Amino acid sequence: MIEVHNLVKHYGSVKAVDDISFTVDKGEILGFLGPNAAGKTTTMRIITGYMPASAGTVKVAGYDVFDQGLEVKKRIGYLPENPPLYLDMRVRDFLNFTARIKGVNPKTIKAEVDRVAERLSVIDVMDNHISKLSKGYKQRVGFAQALLNNPPVLILDEPTNGLDPRQIIEVREIIRSLGSDHTVILSTHILPEVSMTCNRVAIINEGQLVKIDTPENLTMQLRGSESIILQVEGPIPEIETAFSQHNAVTAVAVQPGNLDNIATYKVEATIGSDIRKALAALVVNHGWGLLELKSESLSLEDIFLRLTTKEEEVN
Amino acid sequence: MGNLLAIYKRDLKGYFSSPIAYVVIALFLIVTGIFFYLLLSSFLQYSYAMMMQRQGAPVNVNLMMIRPFFLNMSVIVLFVIPMITMRSFSEEKKSGTMELLLTSPLTNWQVILGKFLATFTLYFVMVVVTFLFMIFLFIWGKPAVAPILISYLGILLMGLVLIAVGNFISSLTENQIVAAVGTFGATMLLWVIGFAGDFAGKVFGEFFKYLSIVNHFEDFSKGVFDTSHLVYYLSLTFLMLFFTYQSIESSKWRG
Repeated sequence: MIEVHNLVKHYGSVKAVDDISFTVDKGEILGFLGPNAAGKTTTMRIITGYMPASAGTVKVAGYDVFDQGLEVKKRIGYLPENPPLYLDMRVRDFLNFTARIKGVNPKTIKAEVDRVAERLSVIDVMDNHISKLSKGYKQRVGFAQALLNNPPVLILDEPTNGLDPRQIIEVREIIRSLGSDHTVILSTHILPEVSMTCNRVAIINEGQLVKIDTPENLTMQLRGSESIILQVEGPIPEIETAFSQHNAVTAVAVQPGNLDNIATYKVEATIGSDIRKALAALVVNHGWGLLELKSESLSLEDIFLRLTTKEEEVN
Repeated sequence: MGNLLAIYKRDLKGYFSSPIAYVVIALFLIVTGIFFYLLLSSFLQYSYAMMMQRQGAPVNVNLMMIRPFFLNMSVIVLFVIPMITMRSFSEEKKSGTMELLLTSPLTNWQVILGKFLATFTLYFVMVVVTFLFMIFLFIWGKPAVAPILISYLGILLMGLVLIAVGNFISSLTENQIVAAVGTFGATMLLWVIGFAGDFAGKVFGEFFKYLSIVNHFEDFSKGVFDTSHLVYYLSLTFLMLFFTYQSIESSKWRG
């Protein structure tokens, strides 16, 4: 649905986007993750046709953004980072106006405006002036505007920006439900949001696409090894040797606890081997006491930090 | 066409839902009203004196009262235009709604012309309301109608150019004050360049006088409709609209 090839954007001498390529399939939700000024907004603006690229091509639904801009714009709903609102208008007037310029059939404008207002629950502020709305409402009116004319592609720049926790959950649910029949690109710097809403994550840093994959795969790949944490009651040296004799185990670290024969063991194993069962059986067969067992996984936060900080010791 | 109309209606409503339209129209009517009153008083004094002396040609209200009134109006307009054009693009840029317009399936021309026509409509209303003053002249006198209508046509044509200039300058900045001051500077320049014509030698002098927006209005105020002035006003308007288009395109590239 969206094809981006070798996208480059210069602002003067600054390279905001540096050779980014990716595709998004129909019905997929792609999350852009990256620190501020990483090039997320610029990439989105180029896809929406707001600004032209310095080099590279972008196609949306088969139409080139540069050559067939109008066709692309008809198919994209866009929520910019700051919701584009006319503060002197009432919500309903604003949505009516936006529906008109987006080419909604004049006969169905009322129904269409009500539909998106319902969806974003802004129906009770329809007659208020936008300047009087809270930030959360403004954000949702901006989102409602993007859904007008039901475009197949949605580009959402930090859609949960400025919302309170309950509204954030609501908006995430809306995005997830949109994913079934829309193609969505959203950007965020809130990490859990990506793993919660997106099918795939693109990590962008300093204008470059660092990694693009599913949240699960990203976590898997970056872990490098599986690590398991156990708390066992029993003779420490014996347990340590027993663990390290297992085929898949690469390292065992012991952290003695307060009590004499209770210690915490961190067992590293090769990727893909799930040795939790084997370790548990080992402990039980020797008659030691298994107090705790958990597999340690890297949070997206850790991955993000690892990928976007300079000292790359990953891989 | 529907899109152009949507932009037009929104902008026009924007003028009238904020105090801007009312303040500007009121200001314009007060200032033109004062000039009208002063001109009328001196005209009455003069014609009274003439009547007392029972001599000379009969006084002509068109020549002595209406013509100077329109010449005054053509200068007042130079001061008012920046106030009604300063918002047009600057505010959209500042509030981010330009992003909405440029990512909606609209062409640049639909946006530019929609806004241009909305501002012109406000201007049209503002100018036409001054016809109320003329009614007094018609009640107590017999002014010729054609010169009045031609003068109004001239004022409206002048407005086309000035609004296009104002819109263009507004499209260059997201600061409304800068847009207003810049437009004011430009309209003043288009006015005083005619005075410079008197000192600039033969060739440049003629050229400067030709550029002066107020010089072209003089014929209209005499009730003379000359197509060369029409060409001047319309071509300058199209040039400014074209500049606006280029300004919007180039701001896309600069991001």
